[in-house]
Amino acid sequence: MLDGFLALYIFMLAAFTGYEIIARVPVILHTPLMSGSNFIHGIVLVGAMIALGHAHTPFELAIGFIGVLLGAGNAAGGYVVTERMLEMFKSSKPGQGGKESK
Amino acid sequence: MALPQSVIDVCYFIAALLFILGLKRMSSPRTARGGIVWAGFGMLLAVVATLLLPDMHNRGLIIAAVLIGVTAAWWSGRRVAMTAMPQMVALYNGMGGGAAAAIGASELVAHVVPAMDAVTVGALSPVALALGVLGALIGSVSFSGSSIAFAKLQGWLDRRFVFPGQQVVNLLVLAAAVGLGIVLASGHITLPLVVGFFIAALLFGILMTLPIGGADMPVVISLYNAFTGLAVAFEGYVLQNEAMIIAGMVVGAAGTLLTQLMAKAMNRSIGNVLFGSFGAAATGAAAQAIGGSQKPVEAADAAVMMAYAERVVIVPGYGMAVAQAQHKVWEFAQLLIARGVKVKFAIHPVAGRMPGHMNVLLAEAGVPYDLIVDMEDINPEFPVTDVAVVIGANDVVNPVAKTDPSSPIYGMPILDVADARQVIVVKRGKGTGFAGIENALFYADNARMLYGDGQSVAGQLVSQLKTLDA
Repeated sequence: MLDGFLALYIFMLAAFTGYEIIARVPVILHTPLMSGSNFIHGIVLVGAMIALGHAHTPFELAIGFIGVLLGAGNAAGGYVVTERMLEMFKSSKPGQGGKESK
Repeated sequence: MALPQSVIDVCYFIAALLFILGLKRMSSPRTARGGIVWAGFGMLLAVVATLLLPDMHNRGLIIAAVLIGVTAAWWSGRRVAMTAMPQMVALYNGMGGGAAAAIGASELVAHVVPAMDAVTVGALSPVALALGVLGALIGSVSFSGSSIAFAKLQGWLDRRFVFPGQQVVNLLVLAAAVGLGIVLASGHITLPLVVGFFIAALLFGILMTLPIGGADMPVVISLYNAFTGLAVAFEGYVLQNEAMIIAGMVVGAAGTLLTQLMAKAMNRSIGNVLFGSFGAAATGAAAQAIGGSQKPVEAADAAVMMAYAERVVIVPGYGMAVAQAQHKVWEFAQLLIARGVKVKFAIHPVAGRMPGHMNVLLAEAGVPYDLIVDMEDINPEFPVTDVAVVIGANDVVNPVAKTDPSSPIYGMPILDVADARQVIVVKRGKGTGFAGIENALFYADNARMLYGDGQSVAGQLVSQLKTLDA
């Protein structure tokens, strides 16, 4: 399993990855990117599912249920909003629009 | 039905890879649309794999909760207007923070030990416990803070809420949350302590967000977005889930950088946003008096001015979006283009409620993004611009930001529309902007005020242009 230092390396490398991805982004994409990263931390849903999957007492079940509910909202809402924003990126010059580039 | 752990580990790995590649694609306009789809597949894969983990119970309950959450969010996300996007991002982000806090809470509750014996917790390592508590703290703050941000942007709450000694109260509440967190992390886990910890953490999120003005809200939402990412990563460590650690940490770092970029675009530091009282300076210090008067103009005259101009720059602001005028404005711009006028749209980095928000709204109306120009590129062009049209923008074109050191927006980079030969300002009334600051532009000699709702004014301009053509 993950021992302390291995996890530390993952934390560090993931942080650098996030930093590098965003470092040279045009302003036009700030809002969609914020929304997109908002979707990606919707992965919290997975954790909430695990928590609910291991809950025993009614109290734990209730907390887990709320967690899954919120996590699912984060993931689904984040996806829909981001997709709607990105749907709109078009160009007047053919060949530059989002549709042509895969 | 369950899958072997190794298959699930592979699924998580692929999901993490898809998240990173998706985010990378989202950082360029040409590949952005594919990016969210990639990340979406990653999410689907991770969720299905989790459901098939070997030792999972309550699967029916899990599926029910997922379905309810997904349906509600999908429905609300589909039907909300594009102008309301920022608060929806805040809302969904808050939900993620709340989910992270719930994971922390369920871990803590599962490890409650009788108050009497202070044995350290068996199943959780001290590091996992500490990170779990920290994640719960950050997630709770993100949850309640984002909820307040949502309520403010939605117009359910007054824009600012201040009382004397606020900073001290906030600090005390934070100290209480951190103190209780340290006690919990040291292994003294009792139910009252857990409850007290979460109350303090949630309260701090509320108190921290209440005094922040609406203009600064995008920075705050972005900050909470980064917070939620961190909280997810920490809870991922507690659950030994690498996908959560990687995705959470990537978002935590990316979100922090985005927050800095946004704050920089507004010429504010993050500390200033969180702890400085925006607008208080304007009422305290005597702002420079602005002489002159606002000179009104009729739609017919404005249309003629633009129809015979060579270069027209349209400066849209949030007011245009509120009036849902972007479609009419684009129709109007198309008529001008058909007459041979060179039309550009100039966007201030913080136009709208978030950086890039205005680009999204214009794109929605069908404006091609190569007609949309950033501030640095358009400012040198204003002196050769015949008519600059300001629609629903205010603070971002206020020359006071350059001339009056006592103004709260002093130093903020602005669009130099006053350099254009003529300026037409479309505005609902004579009031001040979002930051509540008087705008010297409206009193300038070359500025003409075209009063009215953005949508109806744009409609009038369209019909006036059509009569010119006829």
